[in-house]
Order: sequence, then C-alpha cells, then structure tokens
Amino acid sequence: MIEFQRLHKSYAVGGRAIAALQPLDLTIEAGEVFGIIGHSGAGKSTLIRLINRLEEPTGGRLLINGEDVTALDAEGLRVLRRKIGMIFQHFNLLSSRTVAANVAFPLELAGTPRAEIDARVDELLHTVGLEAHANKYPAQLSGGQKQRVGIARALATRPQILLCDEATSALDPQTTASVLKLLGRINRELGLTIVLITHEMDVIRRVCDRVAVLDAGHLVETGPVTEVFLHPQHPTTRRFVNESEQVDEGELHKDFEAVAGRIVRLTFLGADTYEPLLGRIARETGVDYNILSGRIDRIKDTPYGQLTVSLVGGDVQAAQAGFVAAGVHLEELRR
Amino acid sequence: MILATAGGFFRHLDAGKWADIGQATLDTLLMLGGSLPLTLLIGLPLGVLLFLTGSPQLHRRPVLYGSLALLVNLLRSVPFIILMIVLIPLTLWMMGTSLGVRGAIVPLVIGAAPFYARLVETALREVDRGVIEATQAMGATTWQLVTRVLLPEARPGLIAGATVTVIALIGFTAMGGAIGSGGLGDLAFRDGYQRSHTDVALVTVVVLLVLVQLLQMLGDRLVTHYSRK
Repeated sequence: MIEFQRLHKSYAVGGRAIAALQPLDLTIEAGEVFGIIGHSGAGKSTLIRLINRLEEPTGGRLLINGEDVTALDAEGLRVLRRKIGMIFQHFNLLSSRTVAANVAFPLELAGTPRAEIDARVDELLHTVGLEAHANKYPAQLSGGQKQRVGIARALATRPQILLCDEATSALDPQTTASVLKLLGRINRELGLTIVLITHEMDVIRRVCDRVAVLDAGHLVETGPVTEVFLHPQHPTTRRFVNESEQVDEGELHKDFEAVAGRIVRLTFLGADTYEPLLGRIARETGVDYNILSGRIDRIKDTPYGQLTVSLVGGDVQAAQAGFVAAGVHLEELRR
Repeated sequence: MILATAGGFFRHLDAGKWADIGQATLDTLLMLGGSLPLTLLIGLPLGVLLFLTGSPQLHRRPVLYGSLALLVNLLRSVPFIILMIVLIPLTLWMMGTSLGVRGAIVPLVIGAAPFYARLVETALREVDRGVIEATQAMGATTWQLVTRVLLPEARPGLIAGATVTVIALIGFTAMGGAIGSGGLGDLAFRDGYQRSHTDVALVTVVVLLVLVQLLQMLGDRLVTHYSRK
C-alpha cells in the first residue's frame, strides 16, 4: 500500500518557489493497477518519481506498507529502490549491454550470485517472450521489444511495486495494446502493484482499476475507472474522456436540436451490457427509441455500454423507471 | 638534373643521420608510452569528478566543481612550451633531471591530463540522462553508476578522447625539443631549424604524419568496435 499524506513538491526557479504538485492525499492499494492521468506539465511525472524518490518531496509524507519513505537515508533508499521496479517512455536501456545483460543488471547491482542471475534472466526473458533476442543489443530491437526488455529488467529483483512512466507513449497502437496486455498479466500473476502515468484515457480504460486525474498540480478526481470514465465530474476528466471517444460535446448537442422527444444517456455496466433491455422496455411501454450515439466496449475486464437515445411516444416515464429498475444508470440530457 | 637536385636536397641524410632519426622516433614513442598511461590514469577520474560534481542530476557541488574547473582551465590555457619551462623545478625535484625522455614525462602528463579530463567530462555528458535515472531507480551506488553505466556507455567517446589526447601529446613532445627533451621535435629543431637541414626536418614531418595517422586509425577502429548505437 502506498499512502501520500499531504505530499507536495515545488521547485525554486530564480529564487521563487514554483509548485509542481500541490499537497495531495492519495492511497494506492496493494495489488491494484492505479493510473494517473494528466496533460504534460500537470505534475504526473513528478508524482510518480516521488514514490521512489527520484524527486525529493518539498513536504508531507509518503508511506509504503507503513514505512515512511520520506525519512529514509541513502542506504535505506537504495534498499527501497530495489523493491520498486520502473519502466520508462524511452525505455532507458544500457546501449552497451545485450538484452540478457540489461535484464541481469539490477541483479548484479544487488550482488546476486552469477548462477542465480542466469537462471532468473532466462525465466524473465521467457515471461516477456524475448528468449530469441537474448544476445542482441537494444539498438537492434523494435520499440515494443525494448519496452519488454525494460519490463523484464524492472521485474528482475521481484519488486512489489512497478512504476510505469508513460510506458506506452512512444509505441504504436498495436504495440501499446500488447504491452498493456503484458502489464495486466503481470499484475494478475505476480500480484504486483502497478502505478502508471499517461496522457491517454485509453491506457487507463484498458488496464487500470482506479484512476486519479491531475490538473495543474491538483488532484481533481479519483475513483474506480468505471466510475470516472463513465461519469466524469471535473471538466478536465470530461475532456480526457471525450478525447478518447473522439466526441465533440458541443457539436453533438447542436445535432440533437433537430431530434424530437426526450434525450437520455443510458449507461450499462457488467453483464447488463449484453441484455436485450432496450427492445423489451420499448415493447412494454410503447416508447419508440432512437440511438443517437453510443459505444459498447470494455473497461479492463468489465463490459460497458453507453448510449444516448431519444424516447418518443408511449409512457416515457415508465420506460425511464424500467431502465433504472434494471440497474441502468440514466441521465436526462433533455426533457 | 632533377635527381641531382633532389640528391643535393637530401644530402644530409647519411647512415648516421638515419640512425639519429631512428633514435629520435624511439624517444618520441618512449615519451608517449610513458606519459599516455599516466595522462589517462589522472585524466579519467578527474573527468568523472568534473562530471559528477557538475551534474544537477547527480552530486552537484558548485564550489568543488568550480575549483576543479579553474585548475583544469588554468593548466590548459598555458601554452605547453611555457608550461614546460615553469614546471622545470618540479620536474627536477620529481625526476632528478629536466632533460631527455625522463624529464619530459612530468610536464607532458600535467599538460595533457586536464585536456583529457575535459574530453572525459564531455563524453560522460553524452550519456543518456534517462539511463542514469533508470540506474538510480534500481538502487545503484555512485561507484556502481560510474563503473557499470557511465564508463561503459561512454566508452566510444572516451576512446575518441584518448585518441585526440595522444595526438595532442605528440604535438607536446615535439615542443619539448626546444628545451632538450629529445625525440623528433628535438631533432627537427636542432638539425632542421638551427642548422637549416630542411631534409631532416622533412623526414621528421613524414614520420610524425605516419605516427598520427596510425594512432588515429587505431582509435577510430576501437570506437567503431565499441559503438552500439
């Protein structure tokens, strides 16, 4: 468990203190995949680096499994860092070492015996599917392969926490998907806590259990991804969601002006998503429905559907009550 | 006619002179062999120290960095021929003589080590900041960072720097001729300049050219061999 207690960070620029991160309270549970989303300059990079103290906090406390990390001396910090793996946007592999030697590196630093290192490296390369590339140099690999080496290296010392610093931002969509899948598998199989930062809502949607939204150094929204993604409260969060859905809210609402009837947004979550609810309720209440926009997809392992529909004729009131009774989240966009 | 003229131009190159040239070449090589290892041995840690104390990401110590940088700049800004003369008392005290190959080593090392240190610092600055950060995130000590990351990652740059340094050292040994250090510079100065035996001077130029060319080729090959980018 990682607990931020009024942790904050500011930089001195020309004698003035510029706040990068306002005092924030946040708890990341053991074993979860926790995402932090924000635009560049929002402070997410600072936030993730405070966890292994690549950035020194200006004030506040950070507890990892109850231990005050902010109070550690240099030796204590080195011991802590060996229990926290980290992967990076630009991979940060040692160009002078082969794939296998890169994966072995953190074990060498920790003074692990050679035979043990070799066995562990084989195992890790197998985990990330790079056995065939053990003796290549990073320059000979593709971006996705480099990130897999980064992941194998980060897991070498069997850490309890994995920090992902924009780990997929330099990868193409297909490679991003496969790396995210690998991260999800690692989280499930090793029970590892993953903290990732990103500027893409899609990354959050695919792997995260919970998410925090950062805006100009402030934590503006935190919660389960299903909640934050489907019912964003803060304008910044809404912007992120719309960006990932490629929806322009303003244009959409203008289009709806020509549509008759009441407009509602229905959100289905979990097994309900695949229930033939719309048809049944329309039949029972004599309401005609028209789907204006929508999406049916998954948030990590949870299927969801979010439809904007217009309801005309029949007993609209009863139809709405029917949806609510079936466990669908209903929002009236226009009466 | 041309041959006769040529024969006339090369008239000082008898067997005895060729032996002198051979001896001078050997002396130059001895000076290089004696001063290069010490130059690298002093320049490398000094360069690492400059890099570490000057880097905001690592162990920034503005006062220490400033003092080291001042010392390095001071030694580098003194023309070598003047540095040699100024250092004569130190050389006498350390080596017992300020002449010949033995007398040349001390000023050569003091002149070239700061030069190499700066090249080391520059080469280390080329190491990816992200790689340094990743190493810190793994819980490496500074010693581990230097020996297992900085030096191996910067190896092509360090070798290229050593090549530039050894060629600068050849230039320094030649200047040493002016105060009697021996070697090709000494020969060119005494025969070529003081006695106007231009043919001897020309031969020394050719020998130096070949020497520089060989060292540069060797350095380039090593750089290519160790480049992984």
